[in-house]
Amino acid sequence: MTPGLLIKNAFVIDPLSGVKGEIMDIAISNGRIVDEAPRDAEVIDAAGCLTLPGGIDSHSHVCGTKVNFGRYMSPEDMRAGRTARKGVMHVTSGYSVPTTFGNSYRYSTMGYTTVLEGAMAPLEARHTHEEFTATPHQDMLANTLFDGNWSIMEAVREKDVKRAAAIVAWTLAAVRGFAIKLTNPGGTEAWGWGEDVHSIQDLVPHFEVTPAEIIGTMIRANEMLNLPHSVHLHCNNLGVPGNFRTTLDTIDLVPDLNKERQSLYLTHVQFHSYGGSTWRDICSRSEDIARAVNGKPQVVMDMGQIMFGRTTTMTADGPMEFKLFMLHHNKWSNHDVELETGSGIIPVYYGRKSLVNCVMWSIGLELALLAKNPWQCLLSTDSPNGAPFVKYPEIIALLMSQRLRESERKMIDPRTEHFVPLFAIERELDWYEIAVMTRAAQAKALGITRIGKGYLAPGAEADVAIYPISPDQVDPSVDYQQVMAAFSRSRFTIKRGRVVARDGEVIVEGANSTIWSKAHVPPEYDMGTDPEFTKKFEQYYTVRMRNYPVQDVYLPRGLRIDTEASL
Amino acid sequence: MRIEDVVCSFCGCLCDDLVVEVEGTRVINVENGCTLANEKFMGDHRLEAPIRRSGGKWEKVSYEEAIAETAGILLDADRPLLYGWSGTYGEAQTIGVHLAEVLGAVIDNTSTVCHGPSIMAIQEVGHPGCTLGQVKNRADVVVYWGANPVDAHPRHMSRYTTYCDGFFVKNAFRERKVVVVDVRETESSQVADEFVKVNPGGDYAVLSALRAIVRGKRDIIPPDVEGVSREQLFRVADMCIAAKFGAFFFGVGLTMAPGKNKNIRNAIELTEELNRHTKFTISPMRGHWNVYGSNEVFTWITGYPFAVDFARGIAFYNPGETTSVDILRRGECDACLVVASDPGAHFPRACAEHLARIPTVQIDPHVNVTTHLSRIQIPVAVAGIDAEGTAYRMDGVPIRTRKLFQGRYPDDLEVLEKIYAIVKEAKG
Repeated sequence: MTPGLLIKNAFVIDPLSGVKGEIMDIAISNGRIVDEAPRDAEVIDAAGCLTLPGGIDSHSHVCGTKVNFGRYMSPEDMRAGRTARKGVMHVTSGYSVPTTFGNSYRYSTMGYTTVLEGAMAPLEARHTHEEFTATPHQDMLANTLFDGNWSIMEAVREKDVKRAAAIVAWTLAAVRGFAIKLTNPGGTEAWGWGEDVHSIQDLVPHFEVTPAEIIGTMIRANEMLNLPHSVHLHCNNLGVPGNFRTTLDTIDLVPDLNKERQSLYLTHVQFHSYGGSTWRDICSRSEDIARAVNGKPQVVMDMGQIMFGRTTTMTADGPMEFKLFMLHHNKWSNHDVELETGSGIIPVYYGRKSLVNCVMWSIGLELALLAKNPWQCLLSTDSPNGAPFVKYPEIIALLMSQRLRESERKMIDPRTEHFVPLFAIERELDWYEIAVMTRAAQAKALGITRIGKGYLAPGAEADVAIYPISPDQVDPSVDYQQVMAAFSRSRFTIKRGRVVARDGEVIVEGANSTIWSKAHVPPEYDMGTDPEFTKKFEQYYTVRMRNYPVQDVYLPRGLRIDTEASL
Repeated sequence: MRIEDVVCSFCGCLCDDLVVEVEGTRVINVENGCTLANEKFMGDHRLEAPIRRSGGKWEKVSYEEAIAETAGILLDADRPLLYGWSGTYGEAQTIGVHLAEVLGAVIDNTSTVCHGPSIMAIQEVGHPGCTLGQVKNRADVVVYWGANPVDAHPRHMSRYTTYCDGFFVKNAFRERKVVVVDVRETESSQVADEFVKVNPGGDYAVLSALRAIVRGKRDIIPPDVEGVSREQLFRVADMCIAAKFGAFFFGVGLTMAPGKNKNIRNAIELTEELNRHTKFTISPMRGHWNVYGSNEVFTWITGYPFAVDFARGIAFYNPGETTSVDILRRGECDACLVVASDPGAHFPRACAEHLARIPTVQIDPHVNVTTHLSRIQIPVAVAGIDAEGTAYRMDGVPIRTRKLFQGRYPDDLEVLEKIYAIVKEAKG
């Protein structure tokens, strides 16, 4: 460990600390931000450099069974992004689904220090954790899938919120998961029979519960466990024209149960904001969605922006991927996970000449521009579903420059403007709003400010991104190329007080942590000894209960967030 | 000592419900295991110590010497091949990949001679699959194609399919239809509700016929397709369409039959077709207990499941060129490290001959055919018995194998890490 670091003359934006663009020094010692740097601290001159807390991605697909299958089935994608071994950097492959080191290096050189994997099937958690270890430059967190969990649906049917909470507590601890993820709740179980649910009031076959009941129960269970993050929801009907109604119905369900953060996190909302009834008349309903979110402070969303070009879609939403396959007729993978969830993968190409794709592209941007409060709309592409995360700098530039949006308008299907409000929106986001949408709001929404994430005040983890751009000398509205270049390649990325990347190159071996949640429940709520719960393992799982939990050895630097459940 | 819920490190079923009795450093009893498992745990004939060929004889050497010499051989080579990996655990496979990276070597796993063509088909059309429990709980139709589970995966039928009751299938034996497609009768075909006997090499045509029927083109089917009657084809297709949940399992009988990857592609496309009518999945019957793990580990580090060539610095993959058999056959490879497999027994003769010509080092607990082609053999602990680590079941479910006792052998990881350290130091 270096004795310390002193970042001098930085142009700092640190929203959680209320710093909105000040020239200041940041002192680091023992991996934390401190008031004063040790005397022999190494000095970094950050004059003229935008300096932010390390980037946090609150929804990305980077590690685990389906991500690896995306690589496995796509040698063409692996060929599209290859680098040789260099210094401490391993070989990397892949463009939309890079290898683990590829993800880690590319995130790191973009200033990202923490990434949440959007979907981990509990049964296959060990795989996700193995890949976390091989993604060494970011602290990793795993959203844990409960959308088709039989024990959960039975508890929902019995209207037993406490039991649902107890099942979540046992499972998160067993699989070292961070938060509750619901992907097309109920739909992934229906997909076990090749079916789906089409509204939040549809009944899930056999289990006789509705998505609305699953979502409502899990929101309350989550708060009973006092988990750091809220329920993280991928709504029903993803990608279906007219699905904005499902999304609005879902937003209507959300109670306000937590003073510190939202009660529901809606992910990749672009994919859930479609009007029309077919692919021919699909249109943007971003205004309705943004209005609903603006009126509900207990909801936070991320954009799920798409960007033109080739990528790979992958989600636990098995039925949706099959629909997409029926549309694209290219290769399709599916992987149902017993008693828990599903998943699917297909490669896609989003084209500027496809009106549907142009509408989708517009919607993501509209959501960010129409959301009044940047803390309620986070920047994401649902990487790699909308686009690989390396496209973030372009998205930042689009949000900051109407001129850039206008120049894009000339490139896309000319009919687009009849279906979307994008080109009537004049708003250009500023540096502060971008800082909120790429790190501070993520830290708050995930509830990880409590472990020092997302800000730069003394006591915080010393995760810092220093970008070669000076906000007081650059007009992002005009100089958007510079904005893209700066956010693509940090001058320095600092992780726990160590410079890990510099000018586009990773320079040290990584030593990340895996952050997970353990909610302590009273003994009568310990599912490890519950007869009905253990019966699932005896009779229906194909893995013994004792072989199910992820052993400590898979988290060489595990960081546990303990909570006391109020059951 | 009695140990429960032990994971069997023999085949891709990765059964995790064995009860094993251990006395000192010996397994003395196994419950719940199949005959293969019993032999694996109990029939322990291990190589005593590292050996090196000297003149016409073997001599014992120390681990340090064997490891240093192995590293030297690899460092000396222009075109080293690191082959095997399906019989060891993920942590060791990881070091293997990094070793290949530093050496600029080719690394390949046993998929190259088993389900490599399946992987190539998946790379063309994808893979609609599921975990085995999904089949166990839901499937009312199961089709084994070119696979003989009774012999090769003895508990597959009792743990996951034919004899295994599930949540929605309360009485599997009565409610679940089993179809076996093969070129000859097998023990598995004898327990099937329907046995489809295909002419050798005729699988592709039969799959095409089934696809045509599922697409509603019955009138183009001739009376006989590669030994299968039209009536039987209609019957099987109807059974599949009427299924609530159907599952194909295919073995090397389909993968390695004439047509190879094209057979698998056709089978996958049949599965896709059936999904327009009902729910259907398809899964390869992976052989070695952790061959799928080697595909997984290779993929997350290099991007490719097998046959990865680091000679150009980047990871390069081109089956047919970078696959072990082709590299050996061309006489290209000038040193080989074999880990946890037996290419001497499974590769074509010309490849085995080449292995005998070049310095070949084997890391393996047992004497096998490859021993006779090798210059050095380093015995290690047996994963799942006296070493532990991660394995991936044939359906991708990762399970941690157990270490049942502390033996006197180092494990794969330890030995490979030492070789890696020497090589890394030399390469800078």
